[in-house]
Amino acid sequence: MRSSEIRALFAVASRPEVVSLAGGMPYIGGLPLEEIGEMMRRLIVEQGETALQYGSGQGHEGLREHITHVMALEGIRAHPDDVVVTTGSQQALDLVTTVFIDPGDVIVAEAPSYVGALGVFRAHEADVVHVPMDENGLVPVALESRLAALKAEGRRVKFLYTVPNYHNPGGVTLSLERRPQILEICRRYGVLVLEDNPYGLLGFDREPLPAMRSMDSEGVIYLGSFSKTFAPGFRVGWAVAPHAVREKLVLASESAILCPSNASQMAIAMYLDHADWQGQIKKFREQYRERRDAMIAALEEFIPEASWNVPDGGFYVWVKLPEGLDAKSMLPRAVTARVAYVPGTAFYYDGSGSNYMRLSYCYPTPERIREGVRRLAGVVVAEMETVKIFGTTGAGPTTTVQFPSPDMA
Amino acid sequence: MDVLILAGGLSHERDVSIRSGRRVKDELESRGVKVSIADVDTALIPKLRAMGDDAIVWPLLHGASGEDGSLQALLELVGVPFVGTRSREASVAWVKPVAKAVFARGSVATPDYVTLPQSLFREAGADQVLAALVERFPLPLVVKPARGGSALGVSLVTDPSQLAHAMVQCFAYGDMAMVERALFGTEVAVSVLGSGDDARVLPAVEIQCEGPYDYDARYNPGRVEYFAPARLDAEATAEVENAALAVHRIMGLVDLSRIDMILESGVANVIDINIAPGMTETSLLPQAIEASGADLGALYESICAEALARHRSR
Repeated sequence: MRSSEIRALFAVASRPEVVSLAGGMPYIGGLPLEEIGEMMRRLIVEQGETALQYGSGQGHEGLREHITHVMALEGIRAHPDDVVVTTGSQQALDLVTTVFIDPGDVIVAEAPSYVGALGVFRAHEADVVHVPMDENGLVPVALESRLAALKAEGRRVKFLYTVPNYHNPGGVTLSLERRPQILEICRRYGVLVLEDNPYGLLGFDREPLPAMRSMDSEGVIYLGSFSKTFAPGFRVGWAVAPHAVREKLVLASESAILCPSNASQMAIAMYLDHADWQGQIKKFREQYRERRDAMIAALEEFIPEASWNVPDGGFYVWVKLPEGLDAKSMLPRAVTARVAYVPGTAFYYDGSGSNYMRLSYCYPTPERIREGVRRLAGVVVAEMETVKIFGTTGAGPTTTVQFPSPDMA
Repeated sequence: MDVLILAGGLSHERDVSIRSGRRVKDELESRGVKVSIADVDTALIPKLRAMGDDAIVWPLLHGASGEDGSLQALLELVGVPFVGTRSREASVAWVKPVAKAVFARGSVATPDYVTLPQSLFREAGADQVLAALVERFPLPLVVKPARGGSALGVSLVTDPSQLAHAMVQCFAYGDMAMVERALFGTEVAVSVLGSGDDARVLPAVEIQCEGPYDYDARYNPGRVEYFAPARLDAEATAEVENAALAVHRIMGLVDLSRIDMILESGVANVIDINIAPGMTETSLLPQAIEASGADLGALYESICAEALARHRSR
């Protein structure tokens, strides 16, 4: 099954009859829309001549100031000059890759890894080498041996791409003890760390861990985003990088997009100024925790033969299917049953991960999540029967990154 | 004349249907026709009931509910005029082995085939059924869902080791598989307009594909080269056109259809019937219209007008 076929199957996910456990759309319904609407009105009426004009390539200064305060919650001390605002952190990913990667260069990343990053890396013809995770995140010993092996092969590793908090899709968090270990290993091998942290403030049970950037300001490029803590529609993310890199990122960004949207940046600055944004994040956390609980309870009730982690933050549960099942070849059945998920192979560069799927609990209500998992259970039973009859899965080799478009929740 | 296009649906081919719908809307609008697009949901029946006297429905749903006759049944129940084949004929054309059995009786050639439900493999033992299959149908063969389109769930099996895998893939789309002898000739699609004695063909379109003509090849430009009209001599052209007309008439198809076939040793072997053929920018029927020299918008308008006149004369 090719990528276009998978995308076509995802097309039904936008219909209300389908319970989509596929997308990563935050629960925007939880925002105080009236209040934000009034702010937007004031922004245009009072500051429209700036908001609707071109802005600085590096980003709106007032917002950059705010961003330093947001990052302080995770222990990062940075100056507004260190921040480059981007069109979502996805653009920051693309800029960093543009600046650092020549075709054939190696990027080391967790196994599995964020599909949107893999797509960028593939577009720049990088080679991605995966390193395993366990329940405490990236495994330092495994990272070291992988870097040593690559060095021995004479391969040039440019950076480690990592999502340390509430990993997408893995759902795990890199433990506090491991953070300095990973940084030390990378330093020793001369490998930069690209820390992608959209979910850091969305933990359910504890205060945020210190970011890796807070422990090393020279060896880490940090990516942040308002997409999960506020709203992805504004498309505002940012990068924090050492001085020399930052200048290159600004130049690359200017040549790509001139400047990020002033209106979006100023709207977010206003929201951070006037709204109880930390209180809102707390509300989001409670809503997401309730949804996580609904999903875990439904998995225990309906698909006990599968296995999964219980995430303590973020949006995703990473589910291992019963032996012999292939998540991708099962997808047409799921579409027929009116439920959608993302097959695990999307999150690997090398086509592995076929017996995994990513379920997201961020968007559907707890009742819909339960119904979705119930439908999924029927899909699993039916596929297991077919696989048992024929003694093989329907999986074929895969070479492309498959993913629904971002608005398929 | 107002046209209500139905596109989307909940089938595996939703994406293609939406693209087809937009395409036809643009073309009709270029002729000044007032067009709206609706999906099939609980808001549909009120929309149908609100249609004026000078309005017609064009169902462009692909796959189940759009092509299996159920949507047509609904339109007949509500009593609105619509473009295309009626529900009874649609439901026969929809199930590939049933359609093959019907048009083969009318002396239209089609590759030898067998229909196998998943339950048969469970009851009689998959290994033994597969062994019997390979004995009777020498490789290569094609495994496809008995219902459905756009080549979803279709595999070409060239080695016995691929067979079980192909069956699993096929059964993910439905509980009935059709296994067919694979043919390797010139792949041709002939579109037919009108109905009964008035049915007429559009120029045949030839498909030359790098690798299998699968879903990816159909909807993403690049891997396929189309020739419209097909590069066939007069005799071969007559053969494919006669086969398409015969199928269209035997199956009682109305207004438009696309008949897919493989021309092997001078014989047109029909492999698929589409009563709601794709209308996207890479689809075959619009290419055939362009090859005929007709304007897409004008032709779509005349299809609607003909269907509306037929409804009024009933």
